[in-house]
Amino acid sequence: MSELAFFIDYSRCIGCRSCVQACEECDTHRGTSMIHLETIERRNTVQTAPQMCMHCEDPICARVCPADAIKQTPDGVTQSSLKPRCIGCENCVMSCPFGVPKYEASIDQMMKCDYCYDRTSTGKKPMCATVCPSQALTFATREEVERTRRGRAINEWKFGDEIVRTKVFVLVPLATERIDVGLTALRTKKNGPEARVPSDDVAALLENEVLP
Amino acid sequence: MAKLPIAIPQLVESFGPHLHQTPPGGWTSAEEPDRVVKTHCCFCGQQCGIQLKVKNERIVGFDPWEEFSFNSGKLCPKGVKRYLQGDHPDRLLAPLERAPGKGFRPIDWNTALDRTAAAINRIQAVHGNDAFAVLSGASLTNEKAYLMGKFARVALRTANIDYNGRLCMVSAAAASKKILGYDRAANPWSDIRKSKCILVAGANIAECAPITTDYLWSAREAGAKIIVLDPRMTPIARTVDLYIPVRSGGDIGIFNGMLHVMIERGWIDRAFIDAHTTGFDEVERVVRRYTPEYAAKIAGVPASMIVRAAELWGPAESSFLLHSRGIEHHTKGVDNCMAAINLVVATGRIGREGSGYAMITGQGNGQGAREQGQKCDQLPGHRDIENPAHREHMARVWGVSEATIPHKGLSALEIFEAAHAGTIKGMLLMSFNPMVSLPDQGFIREALEKLEHFAVIDFFLSETARFADVVFPGSLMEEDEGTTTNVEGRVIRHRKVVHPPGEAREDWRIICDLARRVGPKDKFEFDSPRAIFEELRAASRGGASDYYGITWEKIDERQGVFWPCPDLDHPGTPRLYEGGKFAHPDGKAHFQPVEWRPAAEEPDAEYPLTLTSGRVVAHYLSGNQTRRIGALVKQTPEPYCEMHPRLAEKLEVEDGDFVAIESRRGTTTLRAMIVKTIRPDHVFVPYHWPLQRAVNNCTIRAIDPVSKIPEFKICAVRVKRASRPTDENVQLGPEAGGLR
Repeated sequence: MSELAFFIDYSRCIGCRSCVQACEECDTHRGTSMIHLETIERRNTVQTAPQMCMHCEDPICARVCPADAIKQTPDGVTQSSLKPRCIGCENCVMSCPFGVPKYEASIDQMMKCDYCYDRTSTGKKPMCATVCPSQALTFATREEVERTRRGRAINEWKFGDEIVRTKVFVLVPLATERIDVGLTALRTKKNGPEARVPSDDVAALLENEVLP
Repeated sequence: MAKLPIAIPQLVESFGPHLHQTPPGGWTSAEEPDRVVKTHCCFCGQQCGIQLKVKNERIVGFDPWEEFSFNSGKLCPKGVKRYLQGDHPDRLLAPLERAPGKGFRPIDWNTALDRTAAAINRIQAVHGNDAFAVLSGASLTNEKAYLMGKFARVALRTANIDYNGRLCMVSAAAASKKILGYDRAANPWSDIRKSKCILVAGANIAECAPITTDYLWSAREAGAKIIVLDPRMTPIARTVDLYIPVRSGGDIGIFNGMLHVMIERGWIDRAFIDAHTTGFDEVERVVRRYTPEYAAKIAGVPASMIVRAAELWGPAESSFLLHSRGIEHHTKGVDNCMAAINLVVATGRIGREGSGYAMITGQGNGQGAREQGQKCDQLPGHRDIENPAHREHMARVWGVSEATIPHKGLSALEIFEAAHAGTIKGMLLMSFNPMVSLPDQGFIREALEKLEHFAVIDFFLSETARFADVVFPGSLMEEDEGTTTNVEGRVIRHRKVVHPPGEAREDWRIICDLARRVGPKDKFEFDSPRAIFEELRAASRGGASDYYGITWEKIDERQGVFWPCPDLDHPGTPRLYEGGKFAHPDGKAHFQPVEWRPAAEEPDAEYPLTLTSGRVVAHYLSGNQTRRIGALVKQTPEPYCEMHPRLAEKLEVEDGDFVAIESRRGTTTLRAMIVKTIRPDHVFVPYHWPLQRAVNNCTIRAIDPVSKIPEFKICAVRVKRASRPTDENVQLGPEAGGLR
């Protein structure tokens, strides 16, 4: 059996916030959730997306930390900042391509998901993936996911020209091999492609004659 | 004299809702728990397994219970945070009596019990036994539900006992019984994963039964097609194969239209129909008229969607129907469910692995609490209160003469109507918060205020308990033990985790104490919930919901036992109707022809919009529990009015503006939430909030003639832009009925 890994399937997410509520209960950072649940654009859609730390193979947050406060474990988990070292400079917040680290002003320290290291290092599943009612967050073997899920599990991203590989996988349609994020295009939106806004318009599904 | 003793803001100051934000000892004291107890969530009908952590006899947190196979550790946010209702500052710790002008004052138990007992005796002596009513709840254990029924019929000998399942499951129950014979989900949840086509009708699974989502998605990954009917694009509807934005009350158009197409194209199982059913000819005759075009007019959707639904459902190799309140909360709720179940039986796809049907129960013990004899028309074991043989059986179990058992009484809403009319003079209420949950709140309040005596058992002072003469502090689920029956018909066991705090008592003790004061002294000598369960087993024996073969040990060994379980060697019955054997005496399913009819109040020129109501994932029922938990209030602090941008534009309303929603009964003013995910001719408001923020100020007091369920899902309203409300409660926290 291969190693258990973390998979995110955005198409399963129902926005219930169990992950956020359960993360807050963790013994190591009680009262503060380390996972974000993004509402994409509520006016247009009920779509939501959970965002945990992706645990990059080569974590930029740790590389840019002037205080060397962000450590990576030998098994590839990028930990939250070390209290005695973190100087609250927010370099990591700026540098993370996934927008994960958050600066907590009340404690003058960066905090982020540490892969439930207290649980995963003892063979348990991370809390968010355990409680997730839709299993949009899943902790399983690669074989199990490939057997039971549609699509493909990938962990390679391209931000501009930079390739980033992550410990956490996301499930994408079969044709996708890597997620390309055209940073230049995003920055100069008028030249680049329009960001795709989801639209789940009920009125568009109905014929005009059935509406007032 | 059931009147508020002081103004609401003062009551809120003393009794809440206040927010419980942090576990006992605060967030920082994460010590090793003294023990971890495997039990179940107290909230919805799924009854997920959960472990509660105890430190110094206080519940300090939770841990997932991954070995419990139904949810395998999965929990919704309510389950995660449920432990915070323990050790809560609002907790009632002593019996209270109303002190006009002052609020409530603590009294000792004997005084409280004597006072209510004297009031019962006086009211019943003067006005007759039926003038005192009992209202109970579907969040209670089976043992307590059984006890409440026995209390009403044996101690009070009143016909008028009913429960808040009347707002929840009764349409589904009646329809299932009529066609299939039993009132229970026909299949275990594991069958959902094996189905190739799933029809979800009026069930916002993501918010109301969250962990069922994984069952749906697993089926989808294995190739199932999913169809969702809902006026709102719910989170599950967004990515399914066919989402049909049916108008509220138009479901029969979809179901009958689908059956019309299926008959036309030969997608029904004639051999099964001939061998195992009755009444199909009449159904066939009725649906002949429901061409896709005709049906589409009723449903308010394009005809092509009905054809597409039939194309997915009709030829499927296996199929599963799931429905809940969206089609049930109607004056034609039973008909809606029957039209849906006809689709299951016509294909013969029931009683098999991956093929069948389930209603999704809403309340914690929505299934079990309706089987044990606290419905106005039923005795334990799903027995009929008007059936002489059934009455004889219960007379023997209770050791009373059959003639002393009251006959059919009034349903929940009818009890309030009788109180309003002055024929019911007193009431005992437990696990029910009608001052949030019943329609036409203005009328309900008037009814309450006419009572000569009103006694309430609760753990928090609910919006309804504020009107009480006497309040008895009861117990949370985790402060007592007993069984519940989950959404699948699986009987499971809740463990006692901690003792009730202060002078609070287990609910069953309170009922027994009261019963001994007003009824035969020897009928309520129970010393534990287990003793009540033993009597319940005997009472249910030979009934439809037969628990005789279920013991607490067997529940522990098997992660629950599915009824019927008629003897001790019986393994229980996870899947009903195998081999086409239905639960009617003739062994057949009885098709029921259904014609669509309009709602009690359809939109018109004066009130042109359809108002529909429902739940959000962060709150449970009337909110008496969840509006006291900080994290859940933070997630969804206050109600709102969902409307489509097209409607918003017409009303000149921007997102976040206040809007007044007005019906012929009342009004509520809330912030608008402008979303494309709702039909432009509907507005939606979640119902968990009280006072001026209650959507039930607007809803209609109209009930289904068979099930007596209120029509929460459709009434006519007009909506207009408004300024911020200035009523006396608006400054309260949103959890108490104010606004941010």
